[in-house]
Amino acid sequence: MTGSGTVDLLALETPFDGALSLDPLVVAVILAMAVVTVVAKTGGIWLVRRVDVSDRVQAGLDVLPGAIVVAILGPELAAGGPAEWGGAAVVLVVMWRTESILLALCSGVAAVVAFRAVV
Amino acid sequence: MEHQLSGESSRESDVTDGERSEESAEPTRGSEREPVTFGLSGLRAGFLTCVPIALGVGGYGVAFGVLASQVGLSVAEATLMSATVFAGAAQIIAVELWTEPIPIAALVVTTFAVNLRYSLMGAALEPWLGRLSPTKIYSSLCLMADENWALTMRDFRAGNGRGAFLLGSGIALWLFWVASTILGTVAGGSVGDPNRYGVDFILVAVFVALVAELWDGRSTLAPWVVALATSVVAAELLSGQWYILLGGLTAALLEVIRHDG
Repeated sequence: MTGSGTVDLLALETPFDGALSLDPLVVAVILAMAVVTVVAKTGGIWLVRRVDVSDRVQAGLDVLPGAIVVAILGPELAAGGPAEWGGAAVVLVVMWRTESILLALCSGVAAVVAFRAVV
Repeated sequence: MEHQLSGESSRESDVTDGERSEESAEPTRGSEREPVTFGLSGLRAGFLTCVPIALGVGGYGVAFGVLASQVGLSVAEATLMSATVFAGAAQIIAVELWTEPIPIAALVVTTFAVNLRYSLMGAALEPWLGRLSPTKIYSSLCLMADENWALTMRDFRAGNGRGAFLLGSGIALWLFWVASTILGTVAGGSVGDPNRYGVDFILVAVFVALVAELWDGRSTLAPWVVALATSVVAAELLSGQWYILLGGLTAALLEVIRHDG
């Protein structure tokens, strides 16, 4: 059912026929994706709770939050340009001065949009 | 009035009476041993904090919906995926891989690989979430995404002990994610590029804000430099999102090796 031109055409003419169609194979694939996602999301904490964590391993777990944040940000900012770096700086400064995450986010996003228009 | 439905933990040693004596046994996490509650106030706080960010995430949901409809998924199928898989990056990559016949193995393996970083992120929440009942832990984690993980980490570290924060913020994200998917699949290509409004920068901004709060003096420097170097190099060399997992793991490994000299 999926991907064929005829179905797309039908979907345009009678939206609800095409829109609500559920191909059994597609549904099965989606559910399989959902299952492995749940395993990925819950697996880490499941393991940590089951295994007796030594002080040594605990020290490693303690640096995880910061390390993950840095690991997500690093390549993201490296791939960006002056507009993104400027936006990040605005977030840092506003966060530091006001400690309001919402204000920091809004100023950061507004700054990026402005910087992109200029740069 | 606090809904203290479950301050209890599944670990016997933490049950109320034993709690006080246990606290001093863990010097490294002493400051994080406030009671963790699971109630409506935490749920609501998480939900409300996350709504503005969920609005931005909705931008990605629209993008996902447009992509999904372009590869031939129906509105019902795309919506089902957003409602059950609920993992933005993995879903967008999946519809990019989607062809006829469906590459089933590649889709499932890629989804798992892209989402493996959540294992690490979930483990990082263990000091707080770990004190709730398994049902609460695992149902909350099913609604974990990058954005609400960051917000929840921030809330836990502030010492609020609101165990339902992750679930509340996850519900906000889920609602906007599913609704925007429907919008994207129905509206199709008529919706413009959400990045025009800086939507792509929201996640970066959330993490920059978090970085300011997670900085913990000189001891943070070495693992962060290692995480940064590893992730930047790995992002160059490897496809997908392995760089997040590798960056986190190498930093943790460094600490495991460095521990006690």
